[in-house]
Amino acid sequence: MKHAVHTVRPWQLVLFLAPALLVYTLFSAMPLAQTLAQGFFSADENGKAVYAGLENFRTILLDPDWSAGFWNAMVNNARFFAIHMLLQNPIGLALATLFSLKGLRGARTYRTLIFLPTLLSVVIIGFIWQLILSPLWGVGEKLMGFAGLAGLFAPWLGQEETALTTLSIVSVWQYIGMPMMLIYAALLAVPDEIIEAAHVEGAGAMRIFWQIKLPLIYPTLGLVTILTFVANFNAFDLIYSVKGALAGPNYSTDILGTLFYRTFFGYQAQVGNAYLGSAVATLMFLVILAGVGLYFVAVQRRLTRFAL
Amino acid sequence: MTVIAMKPEYPVTPVAPAQAGSTRIDFGRLMVHAALLAYTALALFPIALILINSVKTRAAIFDDPLALPSMESLTFGGFVKVIDSTNFLHYFGNSLIVTLLALFCIVLFGAMASWALSEYRFMGNRLLTLFLALGIMIPIRLGTVSILELMVRLDLVNTLTALVLVYTAQGLPLAVMILSEFMRQVPAELKDAARCDGVGEVKIFFQVILPLIRPAIATVAVFTMIPAWNDLWFPLILAPSESTRTVTLGVQQFIGQYVTDWNSVLAALSLAVIPMLILYALFSRQLIRGLTAGAVK
Repeated sequence: MKHAVHTVRPWQLVLFLAPALLVYTLFSAMPLAQTLAQGFFSADENGKAVYAGLENFRTILLDPDWSAGFWNAMVNNARFFAIHMLLQNPIGLALATLFSLKGLRGARTYRTLIFLPTLLSVVIIGFIWQLILSPLWGVGEKLMGFAGLAGLFAPWLGQEETALTTLSIVSVWQYIGMPMMLIYAALLAVPDEIIEAAHVEGAGAMRIFWQIKLPLIYPTLGLVTILTFVANFNAFDLIYSVKGALAGPNYSTDILGTLFYRTFFGYQAQVGNAYLGSAVATLMFLVILAGVGLYFVAVQRRLTRFAL
Repeated sequence: MTVIAMKPEYPVTPVAPAQAGSTRIDFGRLMVHAALLAYTALALFPIALILINSVKTRAAIFDDPLALPSMESLTFGGFVKVIDSTNFLHYFGNSLIVTLLALFCIVLFGAMASWALSEYRFMGNRLLTLFLALGIMIPIRLGTVSILELMVRLDLVNTLTALVLVYTAQGLPLAVMILSEFMRQVPAELKDAARCDGVGEVKIFFQVILPLIRPAIATVAVFTMIPAWNDLWFPLILAPSESTRTVTLGVQQFIGQYVTDWNSVLAALSLAVIPMLILYALFSRQLIRGLTAGAVK
């Protein structure tokens, strides 16, 4: 930054910045801002947009026809996130810790193979598990039979009580590769000298993990948490491909993404409404913003990056 | 300090402690392998199951789903039906065009912007960096209502251009962050040498810097191409027509129509998976290196 500050001419700067800023502003930043603004409008009888204040938000949050649906989606989404935090990230951490062990044979192969599902489309993964869990095919039941658990098998995707949990686990199964890789990269960055020194001092593998490696990768765990949060509260594809826009049975798998889609485009008898849809998007924006804000204030600030 | 000072006193390979606990360590390693093997099986089994059953007859699919296809049960009927009744290759081409064009735009535009932001000091630099960084955390999907309206006005609905533009906008923020980090590591001597020879700034970027960032392209590609290739939302909303359908949308629609035809469903899933498996087999090393390099930064 210190060198050659004066050699660049304004037109050159504009040339470098223009394409990226133009595409980003036009197709990402502005639509987002417009959507947020549109949540405060509604259509009059001629279809013209008129300012409506907080009317849309009042409808979604308080109107009996709408609020039950919204809060249902919100709670489901929170459960979806909780299951990812309870399963995906701890298992990802465990796997990354195991194959980052020094001199483990076949570590690269494990890493490559376990990452594979993350690469595939959610749509494909959703259908694959739908087939496996289908009582029609019976593969799931057969497999559980090997463990003597065939009696426990149930059409989990079809039952109101279990559908959301099942879909969450499918999503965990697919996306475990992401936290795994991020944590693995962080573990690689832990200097060997520290580990060796601890080893020499007589610390066991467990102690090295809990007292040295884990504290050193806290910043990455924070990052993984917020990435999971944003991805989960923005999820849509899996529910839509397995359960359709109606997120059945009886909306038990409805999350904010599917609610947004239905509100905007309509379904069955209900006509789509761009203004109410925008208001749902605004609420999703606020949820994500709250999460990201909390992350920066509470997590990022307290975690000093270790100078590795 | 003490730790580092002590280190040379010990041999690099601590022979004695390793031998003392060798049986215990081997047992531990065995458990590690068992755990990793078990999870690997869990990760691969569902995909293998689909591939195996896609080439079996309907009867064999249901009678013994876990069996490999035998001479009697081998059939490619599902594949024939999918290829005959859909433009699968065309969908595949669409996905390829969209993701590659988006990647090209993201790398080129992203590199130009990160060069400007990391190399030059000017008013508004920090503000622009922040503005772009916003896009990393806030999903572009939330702006869909207005993106659709904009695409209608630009007459871009049901074109691949619409998807390329959206994916470029989606990928740019993260690409700028990754590439900026990379550009700060380009040695100053290299740039100064070119400047002393009187080479202009634009030429320096295109002839000195751009060729240097090739290793970073892998990282950018991982984080931009995979989400774009697998996306269902924007193809569904912006380009659902037959001629612009991507693989992901095509498979979703096909399976929606043929739910009860198991041969076709399994074949369609396999057709979507196989190209990815081949690409992954070829590029997994670069991909994983890109992924971990991006995270360590």
